[in-house]
Amino acid sequence: MNWRREEPEAARALVKEIARLVEGPLRLMEVCGTHTVSIFRAGIRAMMPPELELISGPGCPVCVTPTGEIDRAVELARRPEVVLLTFGDLMRVPGSRGSLAQARAEGADVRVILSPLDAVAVAEGEPRKKVVFFAVGFETTSPAIAWAVKEARRRALENFYLLPCQRLIPPAIRALLSAGRTGVDGFILPGHVSVIIGRAPYLFIAREFGLPGVITGFEPLDILEGILMLLRQKREGRAAIEIQYRRAVKEEGNPLALGLMEEVFRPADARWRGLGSIPSSGLLLRDGFSEMDAVQAFDLPYEEVKDPLGCLCGEILQGLKRPPDCPLFGRGCTPEAPIGPCMVSSEGTCAAYYKYGGVST
Amino acid sequence: MCLGIPGKVVSKGGDFAEVDFGGVKRQVSLLFCPEAEVGDYVLVHVGFAIQRLEEEDALQTLKLLQELGEQYLELEEGGA
Repeated sequence: MNWRREEPEAARALVKEIARLVEGPLRLMEVCGTHTVSIFRAGIRAMMPPELELISGPGCPVCVTPTGEIDRAVELARRPEVVLLTFGDLMRVPGSRGSLAQARAEGADVRVILSPLDAVAVAEGEPRKKVVFFAVGFETTSPAIAWAVKEARRRALENFYLLPCQRLIPPAIRALLSAGRTGVDGFILPGHVSVIIGRAPYLFIAREFGLPGVITGFEPLDILEGILMLLRQKREGRAAIEIQYRRAVKEEGNPLALGLMEEVFRPADARWRGLGSIPSSGLLLRDGFSEMDAVQAFDLPYEEVKDPLGCLCGEILQGLKRPPDCPLFGRGCTPEAPIGPCMVSSEGTCAAYYKYGGVST
Repeated sequence: MCLGIPGKVVSKGGDFAEVDFGGVKRQVSLLFCPEAEVGDYVLVHVGFAIQRLEEEDALQTLKLLQELGEQYLELEEGGA
């Protein structure tokens, strides 16, 4: 992400104002992989005053997907009658018995899709195969996944299945705050998740935990302004959920997208890498659609799997450790040969540190 | 993974639209954004428009930031 010609002056002004308002040590957490990448690309960490630390939370869907879920997808992919559809980022995430990419190299029919629109088309085009869509994503993606489920039903496709692995952001923030291990003074809240869910689902952060949050856009100036808005709240002794990314985020979110999500899915407890099981943080198909649930249709038990020895992805996702603290970082775990998902995903914290260089704060 | 890419609606038919992303055109579902008309900018995620973008809002944010920039530049010049 490059700075536009007119931006450096505005950025300089924002950075100055941020430095002026910081009163003491402060930790702000971003909960979105796209923010993580944008912060690193634009060099924002290096612009911050030494008292202000930006930390990354559980904001990358690929990274928070536990190994046990990867294993289920790999197991399904290896069945001869199955075509497994996945978003590209998940291909190289190591499971305990290999990755989807390895399964494909060994002959499994694993295909990368860009949109749930493609998932329905594949199922329709190959009626003799069982087509399973490995559905990973946050609230931004779940409405489109819900569309695929409903469309498969409308077209009466009997060979379309979902391996539901979506996660919800607000319950993860609640779990993080309730655990009380991560010292966070405010949240840079995700822009595109919020396009769908709006402002209300985050209000508990201010009301119950007394912390500010700002729904922030992805341009470098957006992020600087979001940080400034958090600091102003701190300075004024306020804790509220505000929207910086007003050009895309409406107070109520996107009611049509939320409505379809609600029609097709119901909240359910779900496992997160590093955070364990979090109440109502996942989505399962509602009764009318549950015959498309691959876990039931293929009878796939969940097996708890430990993270690779030494891998600190779990702690990094909670903001408890930084990538350079991990004994594997850059020494055995690199983007070319990743061990943990935070190094696999292009939006993972470790991948961002590795690519752009970590700045110690 | 929650990347949203802005594009311009060039034609519309049913639930779908043709959206121009800086020269590359793609079919996009307007199911969640049926109000988008030809000429509007939409934010697109995995083949679905998830919000109509108000171009004016975007420009206003930028203007506000530029003003803040000028204010600081004046202060700097004054203090030098």
